[in-house]
Amino acid sequence: MDSKEASKEDSKENSKKHSKKSNRRGFLKGGAALAGLAATGGAQLAKGQTQGAPNEKVDELIAYGDRSHFVTSIRKPVAERHSPDEFGLTFHVLTPLQDSFGIITPSSLFYTATHRGAFVPDIDPREHRFMIHGMVDRPLIFTMDELKRLPYESRIHFVECLGNRARPTHKTVQETHGLTSCAEWTGVRLSLLLKEAGVQSAASWIVAEGAEEVKGASSIPLAKAMDDCMVCYAMNGEPLRPQQGFPLRLMVPGFEGIYQIKYLRRIKVVDRYYMTYDDYGHINPDSKVAALTHQIGPKSVITYPSGGQKLPGPGFFEITGLAWSGAGAIRGVEVSTDGGQNWQAAELRTPSLPMAHTRFGFHWNWDGKDCVLMSRCTDELGTVQPTRAEVAKYWNQPVDKVQVRGADNTVQPWKVLSDGSVQNGLA
Amino acid sequence: MGLRSLVLIAAVLGICPAGWTQSPTYGLGRTPTTQEISAWDIAVSPAGKELPPGRGTAKEGSALYVKKGCAGCHGAKGSSGGHAPTLIKQADQDPHATMSMPCLAPCVNDLNNMAVHSPFATTIWDYIHRGMPLGKEGSLSPDEVYAITAFLLYKNGVIQEDEVMDQQSLPKVKMPNHDGFALPPEWKHGTPRLQGYP
Repeated sequence: MDSKEASKEDSKENSKKHSKKSNRRGFLKGGAALAGLAATGGAQLAKGQTQGAPNEKVDELIAYGDRSHFVTSIRKPVAERHSPDEFGLTFHVLTPLQDSFGIITPSSLFYTATHRGAFVPDIDPREHRFMIHGMVDRPLIFTMDELKRLPYESRIHFVECLGNRARPTHKTVQETHGLTSCAEWTGVRLSLLLKEAGVQSAASWIVAEGAEEVKGASSIPLAKAMDDCMVCYAMNGEPLRPQQGFPLRLMVPGFEGIYQIKYLRRIKVVDRYYMTYDDYGHINPDSKVAALTHQIGPKSVITYPSGGQKLPGPGFFEITGLAWSGAGAIRGVEVSTDGGQNWQAAELRTPSLPMAHTRFGFHWNWDGKDCVLMSRCTDELGTVQPTRAEVAKYWNQPVDKVQVRGADNTVQPWKVLSDGSVQNGLA
Repeated sequence: MGLRSLVLIAAVLGICPAGWTQSPTYGLGRTPTTQEISAWDIAVSPAGKELPPGRGTAKEGSALYVKKGCAGCHGAKGSSGGHAPTLIKQADQDPHATMSMPCLAPCVNDLNNMAVHSPFATTIWDYIHRGMPLGKEGSLSPDEVYAITAFLLYKNGVIQEDEVMDQQSLPKVKMPNHDGFALPPEWKHGTPRLQGYP
């Protein structure tokens, strides 16, 4: 069926469904056709488009806008453990990166992960309190209203889970890389709050803790806490979503997701690593691995074309994807269309912000032959995203059996076959 | 003269010992009461500083392990075969076997055997106290948490059956994996996570 016929079918389907609106619809369609005539001098522009019946949920669209029902992109739980699980807990849910544009992840599609699986708490912000105590001169407790009276800032940062590692069994970029998302966060600098409380000179760590049923908690270096952490109450221009920590969460830019404590109610200033609830997931005898499990390394992935998608045939395509680093801004991204033999600079299509997703694009004329697409990025420190072979060499492992230790930031290959189908290059 | 007085004098003189401005600028928030602080002060340092008074033994813990529902998810013998993490080292456990279940965080080795893997006994106390039993988190009394912790330590061969676990004894327990963890290097702004890593 060509597109013209398809639109006819759609129209028939729509008029059946919404016959009571047919008069209004006919009027609108006529208007559109007239407008098309006026603008193009009669070229067949509007004819190939279906306008459909007006959305009947107009009240809801006015109050809190929903997306078009033609847009169906959704999150999905990781295959290794379903959410909700047999206890009703949410574990790890992946964001659909293959459908993403720009760098902001819509709040409703932002990935979500919990340490051991958790229920989403229903917290009344009027009841919520945030306390700072421990090695401070003046312990303080704040209401949400008091926090919102303080000077705030809004910054764009990614969050990525340490569990974001591509496996050969993964089919799509949602499965290989869907445990990262990026949003605009608004809140108060943690350093401002800590200075209000007066940090004592012997302090070296903080323990940040949530208010949910398990009181999820992490130890965070005081140096990081005083550098760029934020106590956030808003995300993408509205209060945090419940799955993202409503009403308050900690943002630890560039650190793995587990540090970004949701439902934040307490920060204790201490003088040692506490090995508390979330820290327990980081036990490793090797200090090198420990170093690779807090700050996220430079990482990028092509989101189009990516696994499970299909190219219609040879010709021009815009390869696009995301790059990010926990150490700062992305300086550049390179793309290879021949499995890593040759690399060419991609263009950055968005501002390159510290510890934020950065969108890249690359013009590509596909000749219709099998090929392997890859991207690699360089961050502001000059660190280049490694291939799996480079990581294997570092750990003295066989290349075909490499186990990436710590956070996995290796280059992701996508195999394009001559029929246009795209597959995970690790498979 | 105590350290606090010195810091106070330093603050009055405008000297900042830690390099940060340390006087309140905005005057928002209030001082929490001692009760408010102690009610929330649940993260337990490896030194045991935050442990409350109380005591418990493995024998008491053995009964509580069933009564409080631990056995329901973790199995009567401390291994459920996949529903929840293994808590007690199994006699027939193959040390080289892969985990019977996907990595249920906290994701640890030793077949997810949490009690054996923790470098500090305080971590077990902290975890049970804040996070167990599932759906009734925070409902166990300090005595009950000491007892269940003692039970798990005993069953994993870490302490004797009659050893009493309390504020003093628990932090002193030497865990099998005590030396099996490393801290990341000191974090500094603008440094790569690991020098020399590709």
